[in-house]
Amino acid sequence: MAEKTVRLKIKRQLNADSSPFWEEFEIPYGPSMNVISCLVAIQENPVTRSGKKTTAVAWECSCLEEVCGACTMIINGKVRQACSALVDNIDQPIVLEPMTKFPVVRDLVVDRQRMFDNLKKVQAWVPVDGSFDMGPGPKLKESERAVHYELSKCMTCGCCLEVCPQFEKDNDFMGAQIISQVRLFNFHPTGAALKEDRLHSVMGKGGVAECGNAQNCVEACPKEIPLTTSIAEVGRQVTLQVMKDWFLK
Amino acid sequence: MSDKRIVVIGGGLAGLMTTIRICEEGLPVDLVSFVPVKRSHSVCAQGGINAALDMQGKGDSPWEHFDDTVYGGDFLANQGPAKRMCEKAPEIVHMLDRMGLMFNRTPEGQLDVRAFGGAKQKRTAFAGATTGQQMIYALDEQVRRFEAAGQVKKWIGYDFQELIVDDTKTVRGVVVMNMNTMKLETLPATAVVIATGGPGYIYGKSTNSFINTGSVATACYLQGAKYANGEFIQIHPTAIPGSDKDRLMSESARGEGGRMWTYKDGKPWYFLEEMFPAYGNLVPRDIATRTIYDICINQGLGLDGENKVFLDLSFKDPDELDRKLGGIMEIYEKFVGDDPRKVPMKVFPSVHYSMGGMWVDAETDMTNINGLYAAGEVNYQYHGANRLGANSLLSCIYDGFVTGPAAVKYANEVKPASDYDALAEKFLGQSEKLFEQIYAMDGDENARKLHQEMAKWMTERMTVVRHNDKLEELEKKLVELRERWNHIGIADHSKVLNQEAIYVKDLQRMMELARVLTVSALHRNESRGAHYKPEFPNRDDENFLKTTIATVSEDGPKISYEEVDTSLIKPRARNYAVDKHATETEGEDK
Ligand SMILES: Cc1cc2nc3c(=O)[nH]c(=O)nc-3n(C[C@H](O)[C@H](O)[C@H](O)COP(=O)(O)OP(=O)(O)OC[C@H]3O[C@@H](n4cnc5c(N)ncnc54)[C@H](O)[C@@H]3O)c2cc1C
Ligand code: SF4
Ligand code: SF4
Ligand code: FES
Repeated sequence: MAEKTVRLKIKRQLNADSSPFWEEFEIPYGPSMNVISCLVAIQENPVTRSGKKTTAVAWECSCLEEVCGACTMIINGKVRQACSALVDNIDQPIVLEPMTKFPVVRDLVVDRQRMFDNLKKVQAWVPVDGSFDMGPGPKLKESERAVHYELSKCMTCGCCLEVCPQFEKDNDFMGAQIISQVRLFNFHPTGAALKEDRLHSVMGKGGVAECGNAQNCVEACPKEIPLTTSIAEVGRQVTLQVMKDWFLK
Repeated sequence: MSDKRIVVIGGGLAGLMTTIRICEEGLPVDLVSFVPVKRSHSVCAQGGINAALDMQGKGDSPWEHFDDTVYGGDFLANQGPAKRMCEKAPEIVHMLDRMGLMFNRTPEGQLDVRAFGGAKQKRTAFAGATTGQQMIYALDEQVRRFEAAGQVKKWIGYDFQELIVDDTKTVRGVVVMNMNTMKLETLPATAVVIATGGPGYIYGKSTNSFINTGSVATACYLQGAKYANGEFIQIHPTAIPGSDKDRLMSESARGEGGRMWTYKDGKPWYFLEEMFPAYGNLVPRDIATRTIYDICINQGLGLDGENKVFLDLSFKDPDELDRKLGGIMEIYEKFVGDDPRKVPMKVFPSVHYSMGGMWVDAETDMTNINGLYAAGEVNYQYHGANRLGANSLLSCIYDGFVTGPAAVKYANEVKPASDYDALAEKFLGQSEKLFEQIYAMDGDENARKLHQEMAKWMTERMTVVRHNDKLEELEKKLVELRERWNHIGIADHSKVLNQEAIYVKDLQRMMELARVLTVSALHRNESRGAHYKPEFPNRDDENFLKTTIATVSEDGPKISYEEVDTSLIKPRARNYAVDKHATETEGEDK
């Protein structure tokens, strides 16, 4: 009996400037395999399906349990995390591609620095006075905590940006990830000290007004963050802020 | 700004907290991390962080927490630092809360706490079952503030190679590699903090990931830093075996009432509850693990004859499970396919944490290399022979409070290097030579296969049960593997993100560290905490109430010992079948 195998088709690119090409692989199947263990098998034996020697495919990972966002890529046409993509649940050949909205570094690795830079622009933090002892934090209702815990699970993976028609490689739109973080920090009793600044940073070019309300983002988010609710809420806050700015002029 | 700069290697919890403390004390930081810091492995921590906040009016206190920590660690923890850590814990939780960490709340809006292993008091604060992720995010946000203000420069995608050390044994900088271009660079430093986490990947599959190689600690060891208590590797009792890693099912599952059982004579057998009536399912990890191991391996009572037992939450209210343990419920569902709200989970022990690590001074966290500090899991200081659950997140943050100010104080006093440029040049050349060697490798050994061989040997001989003859064979094997490393062939010669070349470099270091762990275990002829030798089944305070120190030498790790600080709590027998205070009177129990 022929041994069970897994077939993969991977879009490769050897550096930022070279053109992409496809390679196919066939590796031994094992129980509870995920896309990560397929990529490890290729590392063990970097030979294509047709027997040609090649190099291992580069990819990023850290947690391997879908909490860090590192291993995000396009799997069978859908953007998701490779570590939680179980071979038994997806069609073969498994087609792997790098995300398209960020510059490719090599193979499946892209540079998502833009997401981190945007967090800086909107001051996505609680401005505490310092780490020294100042007693307990503000009291929170468990029900409110639960809502904001959902928002704070964002792992900066970029799935929501990959699927967003408004977010492009070379435009300014910040996208749902950032807008939702603005909502999170504006809500926090201490974080709210920077609310106006944050709203100003998502008011102009690249801000919340550019969202076309296509709702792709909320469907793509692996952490099931209510992104469209966040967009609506921040949109409302921005409108109020615009009026406030106008009256204070 | 000052021309003094502190380099922090690692942006997990320990690295981030250290960075914050250095910035607050006024010095700039170069923060080096090969993954974006927000993706550091600390995100995996699930269950929570310990602090004796006494939220339930049951008389908990930092002293009780300290006593649990020392007793749980089988008296090998240095008591001064462990006590200071437990005293600081409530402040630390409040600080995180102020930073916006979404801790679970009680109906009144206060911090909620839950039970964890080795403690009778509920003192673990938590954010669902993704506490580590939420903690990393809170600290990452604060560091981003300092970054926006120009006080922190991040070097993301940079891989640490080695220290730049002068002949007064003082660290002057580091050699790092930009992984995208494979170019080696030097960073000058007035002081260097290592915060690079654990070494689980040595064992292949563990609850850690591929990025936890211990390679940075090993590089420092090879340059003369002492490595302490390497034999103490924690095997967590409850993980789900996977094809790439073993995924942890947090101890908080038992903290929230989860029960462990298997079938015996056709009936459910709640073995921990029966064997350890005082602590039940919440015995410390070393004990739970040895029990499960014995039940499966020696008694053959694993489920369906396999090495698995039940961890059961299926009798609990599903809404409460989602609120308090949502993160691990999802992991089990996603990776196993069954719903743990309905059926018991199947688990088995897996390598999880290293109590051992770089040796540091008890007051300052400085290693034996001047100006070199270690913080977080990579530091050996707080947990003795066995770490209590939810104490690691605490020690990572606490270390930041120790290391940060100590490194700043040192940096403000130390004299600059006499000829930094020449020194940096020398170490850069050394690192370049190593990579030239790796790029030229064309032997017929396969690096991944060598690693698998090492992992198999280490998992068989250097985990739950240890025998001296098998450890001796293991050491020989590791020496052989290290030699075979020279005959690896590599396929990838690219100068863009060459993960193969980086891996081959790390593999060499993992082999060196594996040998340190093994030789340390070989020399400790007793059983204590996670270190268990059937030939020497008892704790032997007379000969081994001491810290193991491994130092590099031509013929492998050289072992010496150092006194343990037991100035506050007198060592007593450790027996979890009864209350921990029951063994205080001499002569009672074993
Ligand atoms: C699954 C799991 C669950 C856990 N749950 C809990 C819990 O509930 N409570 C608890 O107290 N503890 C828990 N622990 C333990 C705890 O999470 C870890 O001990 C702790 O997070 C380690 O933090 P760290 O800052 O020391 O290292 P890490 O978070 O691992 O960070 C290491 C950093 O070093 C960097 N780095 C490493 N090598 C290099 C290099 N060569 N060059 C550049 N940078 C490098 C990495 O990029 C990273 O930023 C858990 C551990 C695991 C694995
Ligand atoms: S709703 Fe807005 S942010 Fe979301 S995908 Fe559509 S355009 Fe993008
Ligand atoms: S909002 Fe969701 S999809 Fe977008 S980056 Fe965060 S976790 Fe990923
Ligand atoms: S490796 Fe962290 S999400 Fe997949």
